[in-house]
Amino acid sequence: MIVSLYFEQQDIVVPGQHLAEGDYHHGDGAYKEKESIYASVIGLVKIRGKTIYVVPLKGRYFPKPRDIVIGTIIEVTMNGWLVEINSPYPAMLPMMQALNRRDMVRAKNNPRAFYDVGESVVAEILASDRTRDPLITTRGRGLGKIRGGLLFKIVPARVPRLIGRKGSMINMIKSELDCDVVVGQNGIVWLMGNPAHCEIAVEAIRQIEREAHTSGLTDRVREVITLKLADLKGE
Amino acid sequence: MSLTSKNEETPLINEKGLRMDGRRLDELRPIHLEVGYLSRADGSAYIEHGKNKIVAAVYGPRELHPRHLAQSDRALLRVTYRMATFSVSERKRPAPSRREHEISMVIRQALEPMLFLKMYPRSVVDVFIQVLEADGGSRCASTTVASLALADAGIPMRSLVAGVAVGKVAETLVSDLSDVEDKVGDADVPVAMASDRGEITLLQMDGKLTPKEFATVLSMAEDGIAKIHQMQKTVLQEKYAQIRDELDEIEEEAKDVEPVSDKPPEDKTVSKSTPDQEKPTADREDPSVTEKAKEPEKIEKPPSKRSKRKTTSKDKGASKAAKRTRKKTTESDTEMKGA
Repeated sequence: MIVSLYFEQQDIVVPGQHLAEGDYHHGDGAYKEKESIYASVIGLVKIRGKTIYVVPLKGRYFPKPRDIVIGTIIEVTMNGWLVEINSPYPAMLPMMQALNRRDMVRAKNNPRAFYDVGESVVAEILASDRTRDPLITTRGRGLGKIRGGLLFKIVPARVPRLIGRKGSMINMIKSELDCDVVVGQNGIVWLMGNPAHCEIAVEAIRQIEREAHTSGLTDRVREVITLKLADLKGE
Repeated sequence: MSLTSKNEETPLINEKGLRMDGRRLDELRPIHLEVGYLSRADGSAYIEHGKNKIVAAVYGPRELHPRHLAQSDRALLRVTYRMATFSVSERKRPAPSRREHEISMVIRQALEPMLFLKMYPRSVVDVFIQVLEADGGSRCASTTVASLALADAGIPMRSLVAGVAVGKVAETLVSDLSDVEDKVGDADVPVAMASDRGEITLLQMDGKLTPKEFATVLSMAEDGIAKIHQMQKTVLQEKYAQIRDELDEIEEEAKDVEPVSDKPPEDKTVSKSTPDQEKPTADREDPSVTEKAKEPEKIEKPPSKRSKRKTTSKDKGASKAAKRTRKKTTESDTEMKGA
């Protein structure tokens, strides 16, 4: 059997590009037809073992259980809240998953006292399949309502890059700028801290988003941050 | 049928065999493509195909309103083709016309078979196509941009779709009809296909052609589309490769010792000659695995064409005997892994 690879690790590929032939499997961002693997999205090809997959450079967020996301309440219902989480489907936040038993009684009468339309929450995806809207919870460490700070969106496909290997990138930003950063897997970022520092953080994150597919990014971003911090002190 | 253009001065095809705008019979008009043209859309693209200027924007997959349109097993694809009032010399009335509705549908059907819409049930993918300037063959150019915008939005797809109009002008078969050629010519055949798969997703005909002429004209379309398809791939890759290459240069200047894979975007398909460099050990242990060097051209070759249904126009005696045919690619045996 002929087995061939038509790419190198980390190449930028486009949809329909022939990636390999023969005894390979396809992961996300790729599809198999007869004995061939093709890319289905624009992104970077990778191969692990016999599995070929494409890490997308663009695309919407698709909810996955155990993801941490940041969302905005869009509707208050009888037994919970509907939350916009930047995905094709709105998430359900049932009261059971948001409050303890004591608060439940109060919430039945006035759910808006806890979460009202327009407020934002950090939540975890409990369950998500394509037949129903995803379920989320705000009970857990680091979850709950957002009070203060700065929210903004990045392309969800770049979130892994922003976090970095074992959080290296995000921890660097946190320590360099002494501010708190929460990154939702859905591409929404929450910044808390000194406003001037937050501004630098936003710029740094925008840079990461733009240059996500390049290497040596952590060091480059660190340099930029150091420069900006020096500027700030000089003024 | 008159053999000259409206102003009676320049013949449609001169004695040298060149067309009104100086092109050879099988020559395409100049094409310029841009990806990521709009910043707020999920994906966008811009095309200049001859004098056509068209923008496409893609939003989604997103929540579908009104809800009753939702399909439980797949995303809905909504394509809206609109012409600006100033896109043609006589002001186009701004209300959506019958023609715009038809073209929207035709483009949707040309794109749909190439998309993995089953990955996003109950949602919608919106494609908005705005024609800023029209110059003949705008449905083909629109298909080309729309496909590019969908790829830019990260919508999973089997392949990119490109289109070109071919036809007969002054008793001669020509490729990529211009506005005048389209209006004065004898036959106009818009074709869109997924070039590398050899699958036709849009095929219409207006006018008369013999079966033999039709076959010739179709192969001309295939050649033209292959060229456009190559441009689509290049522009998509360049968008990201450009940023990477610029940064590589900066890094080299700074003498940063960071190992970077710095291949120019053109030889993306270079064979893997050293399998043990990045490949995990699992592959090396298997002696049956042979890494074969392949030429990049190999990949560009389209797979064997499926038998195409050829259609001949039947004379119905009407003022415009037009037979419209469409061949849809079948939902094939493709398997797609969910997210």
